[in-house]
Amino acid sequence: MKALRNYLDKIKPNFEEGGKYQALRSVFDGFETFLFVPNATSKTGTHIHDAIDSKRIMSLVVIALIPALLFGMYNVGYQHFTHTGTEGSFCEMFIYGFLAVLPKIIVSYVVGLGIEFVVAQWKKEEIQEGFLVSGMLIPMIVPVECPLWMLAVAVAFSVIFAKEVFGGTGMNIFNPALITRAFLFFAYPAKMSGDAVWVSGSSIFGMGGSVDGLTAATPLGQAATNTEITYSLNDMIVGLIPGSIGETSVIAIALGAILLLWTGVASWKTMLSVFVGGSVMGLIFNAIGPDTAMAHMPWYEHLCLGGFCFGAVFMATDPVTSSRTENGKFVYGFLIGAMAIIIRVLNPGYPEGMMLAILLMNIFAPLIDYVVVQNNISRRAKRALSNH
Amino acid sequence: MGNLFSAKNKEVFSTPISMNNPVTIQVLGICSALAVTSKLEPAIVMGLSVTIITAFANVVISLLRKTVPNRIRIIVQLVVVAALVTIVSELLKAFAYDVSVQLSVYVGLIITNCILMGRLEAFAMANGPWESCLDGIGNGLGYAKVLVITAFFRELLGSGTLLGINILNYDFLKSAGYMNNGLMLMPPMALIIVACLIWYQRAKHKELQEK
Repeated sequence: MKALRNYLDKIKPNFEEGGKYQALRSVFDGFETFLFVPNATSKTGTHIHDAIDSKRIMSLVVIALIPALLFGMYNVGYQHFTHTGTEGSFCEMFIYGFLAVLPKIIVSYVVGLGIEFVVAQWKKEEIQEGFLVSGMLIPMIVPVECPLWMLAVAVAFSVIFAKEVFGGTGMNIFNPALITRAFLFFAYPAKMSGDAVWVSGSSIFGMGGSVDGLTAATPLGQAATNTEITYSLNDMIVGLIPGSIGETSVIAIALGAILLLWTGVASWKTMLSVFVGGSVMGLIFNAIGPDTAMAHMPWYEHLCLGGFCFGAVFMATDPVTSSRTENGKFVYGFLIGAMAIIIRVLNPGYPEGMMLAILLMNIFAPLIDYVVVQNNISRRAKRALSNH
Repeated sequence: MGNLFSAKNKEVFSTPISMNNPVTIQVLGICSALAVTSKLEPAIVMGLSVTIITAFANVVISLLRKTVPNRIRIIVQLVVVAALVTIVSELLKAFAYDVSVQLSVYVGLIITNCILMGRLEAFAMANGPWESCLDGIGNGLGYAKVLVITAFFRELLGSGTLLGINILNYDFLKSAGYMNNGLMLMPPMALIIVACLIWYQRAKHKELQEK
């Protein structure tokens, strides 16, 4: 650690204004503050500094994502070997999945961080750390067959139009990872939905089989077309079902959720109320919904399937785009859960509603906060008046 | 009439095309810019229709401006515009039926285009017919310019064609994995392209930026 610090101090002057690598100043600064908590303090006014800064928070979220990511890699391999009918050991499946997912992670980080670095250098600001998490989330919420160039286009679009134009990290209205997914979903629906994209059909470095036109419906896809769901509840909870890379396993996501809640990074209020909203809406549709497989699906299956868990744990709790008032978080989360189920059941075009539900509630988060704050003001004003 | 193309008249004609563009600077006429720009051909026709109607409406209102009582001027303006819109709409149906089907209600809705009423109120009511004519053509062309640029990108990237001519739909591109961007055909993308044009123009001309 000491040696690294000394080395950074030694090369630092090269990156200052007028130094040899002046053009890389923001990159250096970004790495330095990533490795070491900066000890710069504000010179004027009174400030209270938390012991943990946003780079450390972001790193925690990335760590919380690791179980879901690793399981997602294994599941990519497992689905491939099962659907192509080839034999494969656990290691083969995992390595296959690792090789299938790694390019997506690299593309996502290179494109996203590249744009962030350029903007930071251009505006002479620090590199903003928000993309550490978004860059990891993005590959986890796309299907394995999504082409890399589409991913690159979508990441560039989302970082520029959902984040930088609003003023960068902390100023964005919408979750950039979900904007990436929404862009892909509406721009290239053939590669983002349907039955042909969830399971990889080609072999990598000779591993696995190669099947042309391989199709495998997700459980939600099966429900949307009123065909029988061929996966058991057990599969859904463990996560051995076709789906976007990181979203399938309830258990792996729960491990991440425990870390986020234990460290206090994510709000339990948002997370809990998303699940409550989803369950309530699921029960309502069970009772009075239309006569479709999606409406008859038990509420607990709704919560296990698709991106519901992943969205509830990692997307809805995004501190930038969610409601910030404590009571507002309940309303915000509840409406996300309810809206996700409403979209699934009532719109046959979208078997999955979590992405659209969270994006929709992102718009309303400031309004919810406003109402909560105004309520508080008028309540306290009344109390003050009645005391006289 | 000796100074038909005086410096002032040239300015009346040219500022709406760039530095005081009705769409990118005044942010008028956005709704039709979103609606008719998914293909280049209807965008061109729409741009020309608005140009012609704005020019003629400006001339007519400018001629009438001293005889129309102030209190009923909006009604008179509407009647003139409505008559012109109906003429253009009928002409399109007669000579360019396909395009008029594509444009559907948006030709009729030119009457509600803010650029038109804006120019009548702001310019034609206070200036002579020749200046008004130039102003109308300039504003119409400024509107058409934005429409055509937006439609160019939307048709090229969304359908892979330009004016219906194949540009990007080749098998070798498809087998390399290229796909047309479906989002380009939806109105939100028109909004983003128009926003990019505004962004570009304001970044290029410092005097347009607020302090």
